[in-house]
Amino acid sequence: MIEYITRAEFVMLMVKIVMIFGGVMGALAYLTWLERKMMARIQMRPGPTRVGPYGLLQPIADGLKFLFKEDVIPTQANKFLYIAAPVISLIPALLSFSVIPFGPNLQVTDLNVGLLFIFAITSLGVYGIVLGGWASNSKYPLMGAMRSSAQMISYELSLTLSVIGVLMIANTLSLSQIVASQNSTWFGVIPRWNIFLQPIAFIVYVISAIAETNRLPFDLAESEQELVAGWHTEYSSLKFAMFMLSEYANMITVSALATIMFLGGWSGPMFGPDWLQMILPTVWFVLKISLFIFAYVLIRSTVPRFRYDQLMRFGWKVLLPLSLANIVVTSFVVAIS
Amino acid sequence: MIEILFFFFAALAIGAAINVLVQKHVLYGALSLILMLTAVSALFILLRADFLAVIQVIVYAGAIMVLFVFVIMLLNLPVDEDGPDRLRWLKFLGIPLGLFFLFLVVATLSNVEGGAAAQARITGDAEAIGRSLFTDYLLPFEITSLLILIALMGAVVFAKKDL
Amino acid sequence: MIPLNWYLILGAVLFLIGVLGFFLKRNIIALLLFVEIMLNAVNLTFVAFSSRHGEISGQVFVFFVLVVAAAEAAVGLALVIAMFRNRESLNVDRSNLLRW
Repeated sequence: MIEYITRAEFVMLMVKIVMIFGGVMGALAYLTWLERKMMARIQMRPGPTRVGPYGLLQPIADGLKFLFKEDVIPTQANKFLYIAAPVISLIPALLSFSVIPFGPNLQVTDLNVGLLFIFAITSLGVYGIVLGGWASNSKYPLMGAMRSSAQMISYELSLTLSVIGVLMIANTLSLSQIVASQNSTWFGVIPRWNIFLQPIAFIVYVISAIAETNRLPFDLAESEQELVAGWHTEYSSLKFAMFMLSEYANMITVSALATIMFLGGWSGPMFGPDWLQMILPTVWFVLKISLFIFAYVLIRSTVPRFRYDQLMRFGWKVLLPLSLANIVVTSFVVAIS
Repeated sequence: MIEILFFFFAALAIGAAINVLVQKHVLYGALSLILMLTAVSALFILLRADFLAVIQVIVYAGAIMVLFVFVIMLLNLPVDEDGPDRLRWLKFLGIPLGLFFLFLVVATLSNVEGGAAAQARITGDAEAIGRSLFTDYLLPFEITSLLILIALMGAVVFAKKDL
Repeated sequence: MIPLNWYLILGAVLFLIGVLGFFLKRNIIALLLFVEIMLNAVNLTFVAFSSRHGEISGQVFVFFVLVVAAAEAAVGLALVIAMFRNRESLNVDRSNLLRW
């Protein structure tokens, strides 16, 4: 056992884990800043400006505030589930980063069922919401939790089915190989990205991803005007911070998955000296993920909310048949060519 | 190394299953069952059936158990389901007999000729299972789709308030 | 390398716990949970044999068992809801109208 720990691969693995985990946590903190700033500018107000230049130290101030707030547990709440729910929500959200390729060799583990692993882990994240709402022993969280988890498991279907077209094209479930299959170009100039081959699947995936992460316009389960705050009404201080972190981590995970499936992951034009070429794939990957994050925040600031029955009807009667039709058409085309 | 993993997940599975038995409130039982399902999924990975392991988490722990948890929360009953105490003297007889039965089972199964791994190692990935499903087992595959349709119709009919 | 008997013993013990719980519990939903434990123990045995003999059919059969378990859980829970609407209790001892 000792010689396993000191082997080079193990040390490399630990370094990769620390780098990816640190990067993700930093990105999560500054994602909150980005969202507040961007939403504020769209609504013609400045946003956080006081704490540091352009409000850049605001996430640190928020973290300290969460640490020092009083940790309230409602008296009739189910103590064990109440404390366990944010943890159950956070662990799957962070675990899915272990199979995402941030660069040609920058992946913690390359499972050969990596795509299904991410779907399995995100489907376990539903429990955090359900248990958090139920354990709070109060009506707003319970309703919010029920609605939110029903919405999540409904849109998981179209999410999973919409990437099967990509699976048929790439012929593999491993994420790094899906990225590698998009690494070349047509006619030397158009990159071989799956978004050109599967446009409908891309649209279905993006809409299902927004619904899956409980963001506007699909956030009736946690909306301020309707349900106080949904399933995290009774939570305070660090547990609330964990719920928020898990929501943003889910956002980054589905955006990363969207770039891997449809926008070619870390592939992009390579130029410059050797040291630049080592970090350039990761830069391209982060840029593409930021595209999706910008779209998320933009949509949040501009689009009104769906009513709950409209939401469920849309998921089951529009997105699901569309993704099934996409599978049929894609399998036809792949079988012919 | 792999034995440590096996014992850990086996102990987790058995402990979670016994916890389902012991808990009074059925919601804690359902949560322990989720833990047992993920432990069994880890054992599947040790047996090189990684596609099945992930499918088990997605389908069993992620969908079926969500259904169970929903229904338990919907029919929110307090814990007072104590039947008549007919099992009073059975408890004294049950435990020794149960232990004897367990000993019988372990003794019988220890004599199974379990050797090393097979000559042809299978890779439990999606391609192998898919190939087998669509060639050798095509008829059962199509019949299961019919089965799911029937289950869907049955569930809707039974749970409706007014037909 | 883990010998096959260990997996078989583990599967048998899990199945026994499922059977034991099925006899002892009075709550209908708990009975359905123990059925799931039993099915899972059988799945584990199938996969263990499939790995021992190098045949993929064991894992394919687990696939079918999974599908049947899902269908049965859905219909069973719908029946539980219908039963609950009739008699306001989840105790199986209350559903004894057909006894002599």
